[in-house]
Amino acid sequence: MIEFWILAVILIVSAVWTIAASKPVYSVVALLLNFAALAVLYVTLSAEFLAVIQIIVYSGAILVLFVFVIALLGSGVAPFPMGPNRLPRIWVPGAVVVLVSLGFLVYTVSQAVPAPTRPPNGPVGAANVFGSVGDFGTALFTVQLLPFEVTALILMVAVIGVITLGGDQIRDAAPRGHERKVERAMREAILREGTD
Amino acid sequence: MAVPIDHYVGLAAVVFFIGVVGVIVRRNPLIMLMSIELMFNSANLLFIAFARVWLQNAGHIFAFLVITVAAAEAAIGLAIIVTTFGPERYVDVDDVRALRG
Repeated sequence: MIEFWILAVILIVSAVWTIAASKPVYSVVALLLNFAALAVLYVTLSAEFLAVIQIIVYSGAILVLFVFVIALLGSGVAPFPMGPNRLPRIWVPGAVVVLVSLGFLVYTVSQAVPAPTRPPNGPVGAANVFGSVGDFGTALFTVQLLPFEVTALILMVAVIGVITLGGDQIRDAAPRGHERKVERAMREAILREGTD
Repeated sequence: MAVPIDHYVGLAAVVFFIGVVGVIVRRNPLIMLMSIELMFNSANLLFIAFARVWLQNAGHIFAFLVITVAAAEAAIGLAIIVTTFGPERYVDVDDVRALRG
């Protein structure tokens, strides 16, 4: 119970820090803290594989992408410019909407029938108990195979979209002049002699 | 499980609404994207907490899919930001008028 409260405080504080930071780099650091605390929370919920995925994919891939974009946009000596809050009066309706929605949610949860909580079929970390890699992989590749395949489609659409968006920049950055000649010579040499 | 499910629902709701406030209030598209990631993560927390309560790993599968969609969304969103706001320009979504009808 105590670990839940510690992690909850870390999660909320880092989330507030993420949206209130003055520079996007600070937001990324706060978001990293948020994701790490969430991964620990997943372990306490015996979802160990997803905790690892959380660290690898979110902290390792997505946040690095954010850092790259910040570095790309904020080039030069000047710090990354922060957009002003053009809608200062949004605080009041925003707070009203949030509080009303939160109130509905708390009311609904308080009315819900408590679910029976069963212990998992083994200790956390052991093989083939609930939430382990074996358990997750068996479900992913047998019962839930169709969602897994759809995921591949989604990722392919994302890749095509990103290439379409960045196509102009890729063409602008293409080598020209003697660089192109060197490239063609290298390609012909590879075709002639093979890659080895 | 010592922690009742209500606590997880409350925590996820608070984090989700912090993300909502971030999207509404901030005008920096990067921080808006990070707020969207916060919302994705609170949904994931709920999926995993309910999966633990019912001992059904379908929630884990769904959280996995959400992580995948979040990765795709971040990639596309950041590509849009990079192509819309060049380097050394003021990054503010209110300045974007290309899509205005």
